[in-house]
Amino acid sequence: MKNYKFPILSLAIIGVAMSFNSCKPKSVSNAVSGDAASKVYVAPGKYDEFYNFVSGGFSGQMSVYGLPSGRLLRVMPVFSVDPEKGWGYSEETKPMLNTSHGFVPWDDLHHVQLSKTNGDYDGRWVFGNANNTPRVARISLKTFRTEEIIELPNSAGNHSSPFITENTEYVVAGTRFSVPADNDKGDVPINTYKQNFKGYLSFISVGKEDGKMDIAFQLQCPGVNFDLSRAGKGVSHGWFFFSCYNTEQANTLLEVNASQKDKDFIMAVNWKKAEEYLKAGKGKKMPVKYAHNTYSDKTHSATSEIRTEVTVLDAKELKDICYFFPCPKSPHGCDVNPTGEYIVGSGKLAAIIPVFSFDKLIKAIAAKDFVGDFDGIPVLKYESVLYGEVKKPGLGPLHTEFDNKGNAYTSMFVSSEVVKWNIKDLKVVDRVPTFYSVGHLCVAGGDTKTPNAKYLVAYDKITKDRYLPTGPELSQSAQLFDISGDKMQMILDFPTIGEPHYAQIVPADLIKNNSLKIFKIEENKNPYVSMGEGATKVVRDKNRVDVYMTAIRSHLTPDNIEGIKMGDEVYFHVTNLEQDWDVPHGFAIKGATNGELLVMPGETQTLKWTPDKVGISPFYCSDFCSALHQEMQGYVRVSPAGSNVPLMFSTGKNMPLVGETNKK
Amino acid sequence: MKKIITISSLFSIALFIAACGGDKSESTQSAAAVNESPAAGGVEQYDPKRGEGKFKDVTVPEKLDETMAEEGKKNTFDVKCSACHKLTEEKLVGPGWKGVTSRYQPAWIMNFITNTDEMINKDPAAQAQLEICLVRMPNQSLTDEAARAVLEFMRKNDGVK
Repeated sequence: MKNYKFPILSLAIIGVAMSFNSCKPKSVSNAVSGDAASKVYVAPGKYDEFYNFVSGGFSGQMSVYGLPSGRLLRVMPVFSVDPEKGWGYSEETKPMLNTSHGFVPWDDLHHVQLSKTNGDYDGRWVFGNANNTPRVARISLKTFRTEEIIELPNSAGNHSSPFITENTEYVVAGTRFSVPADNDKGDVPINTYKQNFKGYLSFISVGKEDGKMDIAFQLQCPGVNFDLSRAGKGVSHGWFFFSCYNTEQANTLLEVNASQKDKDFIMAVNWKKAEEYLKAGKGKKMPVKYAHNTYSDKTHSATSEIRTEVTVLDAKELKDICYFFPCPKSPHGCDVNPTGEYIVGSGKLAAIIPVFSFDKLIKAIAAKDFVGDFDGIPVLKYESVLYGEVKKPGLGPLHTEFDNKGNAYTSMFVSSEVVKWNIKDLKVVDRVPTFYSVGHLCVAGGDTKTPNAKYLVAYDKITKDRYLPTGPELSQSAQLFDISGDKMQMILDFPTIGEPHYAQIVPADLIKNNSLKIFKIEENKNPYVSMGEGATKVVRDKNRVDVYMTAIRSHLTPDNIEGIKMGDEVYFHVTNLEQDWDVPHGFAIKGATNGELLVMPGETQTLKWTPDKVGISPFYCSDFCSALHQEMQGYVRVSPAGSNVPLMFSTGKNMPLVGETNKK
Repeated sequence: MKKIITISSLFSIALFIAACGGDKSESTQSAAAVNESPAAGGVEQYDPKRGEGKFKDVTVPEKLDETMAEEGKKNTFDVKCSACHKLTEEKLVGPGWKGVTSRYQPAWIMNFITNTDEMINKDPAAQAQLEICLVRMPNQSLTDEAARAVLEFMRKNDGVK
């Protein structure tokens, strides 16, 4: 009893302290006001109002949260293997992680973009980028599964990606680390950066109906670091904007050497013009090697194809595609407001936020208002493109998103706050602290034509003392703000998987009703499907043994298998016969050096197993499925190589030869 | 004989476990049933002969539709039912199918196989079966046509010519 009193008492003290300190919002405890809990409370059994798709950073995955509750709904495996879901372990999913370097089990997923129609989310797909081994993935929002991954040649550090045009015409992928082209002699001194290194921007077309991705063309640009990008929209539809740093073209100690110039660039790309050149045959075919992987919901398996050619447009040669305009101090975010008129540059080291005007940009290009060129690309005059500067916004601006009332919200890494400012008069109207060192932020619909100004989430780079300590490594930290009023109000702190970079917030109504519940077993075209228990079998072809197995509550068929021998390679093709929502079955076998399967209703997945010991190996269902889940198991008998134990399989009956084989 | 004894003793143990815990599938199913059918628990009197679901009066002709019965076997029984149901009276996971068409009305059967969760939650006969089998029959997502075809196959199995 005594123990209870102290916390209550201290709570009361904090409560009192809060009212005294209300003018000092920096303290950890008092940044939350009294009604916050009711604003984020989603009663048990009720749904959240929004989905929040969040990049998983160096986990390589993408996570899905509900807002405003901050509940983690799912982690979708994308670029990294996921033993829980068999992703990258089952024979069917392995090809999804194939690249020109072979099977790559990990990557770093930075940015998340939902597909758009007319500049608004259409709820069909979500895209993610792989930063390390450059790739872009497309995830279906019907199945919440990765359906397609395309690799990007001539690229390294795929960072300004996967940003999207207003009708999902293109997903772009700009290289952060310029490199010599894949086909060039790459064996050059590193300090020949200026001569030999180039920046390639890939424009990936997206099939209108099926979403299929294809590299339509690459733009060959000067060697700098292409950092982030956003598509134009509305008035600026047809243009793309890329922030560039390291215009010093340094190749060592970039921390110092890429921070020399007062201004770097934002590059404006007229992609409609690029399309014209492409049509006119101005592209050059370049030999390359990249993987294109697709997953089919019909065959429940992936195929990987290596492609060998890409079309390249030279931005230096084809004069009127690319223009640079100066932007202070190593710009990071370059974000476009809902009308498409304003482009906000965020210089990581700048003390102002410059806002550029698309109208002025077009006029300056027409007037050839150039101050010179950079490696053959014209550079416009800063003042000729500038709409105005936000003065003293804070320190270290990184990213900006927008609401539907003419406000912009910029994350300030160094001063650890979110700053709200008005786009028209460029005045700061509100600021709130974040905990700590906010990187990305996200407003509901904040990069669309029609944002929903209800919530903002700040994704922080440092967690420190926000949650119970868990040793040196802590979960990542995010804060939810109610931005519906004049003042931003922090209403929730929630941990996330590592590391959240960009995210998107979309109304649940756009997605939840299209979510698939089961795969129809009638439509299962996996070559190893068992259409019903009667179709199960075990087939030997030399040392390859295919087990066609079914799972249904609560047995696996066959569940007694004999006649497997050392030296065999056994493929368990498990078909889940269930046709009911949320009844996956798992499959695991003792000693498997591979992983497990998780098989959705109506799906077939395959686990390869190479027995390494003579004896009995049990297998079982690893996902609790029913009252008799514990009974969902079976045995494989492994005999020495060359043994004469016949191949036998059954369920629910002891094998006819039981007495005889026992004697042997 | 030995096998049957083992199975039934297993079931009686499982009965106690299930009674206090409740399993994952059970809880999700009942939640789904509540969400999907706002009409559930309405004022209408429950008719245990007809069951709960979209089928009111299902009339079947005296003679068997051989083609339909074959379809029901091939497309549905073999793929979605045979893992748990035998065509004899013997119980496997669920009860054997022999005699099912004389124990239940056609509408009850079609409601049960298309609206399984709600029927298990409501219907006394279905609940009695659950106490014996202890595995909630999964909804196998049958179309109306598939359900009708399976019924025809059940009739064939029960000797209708």
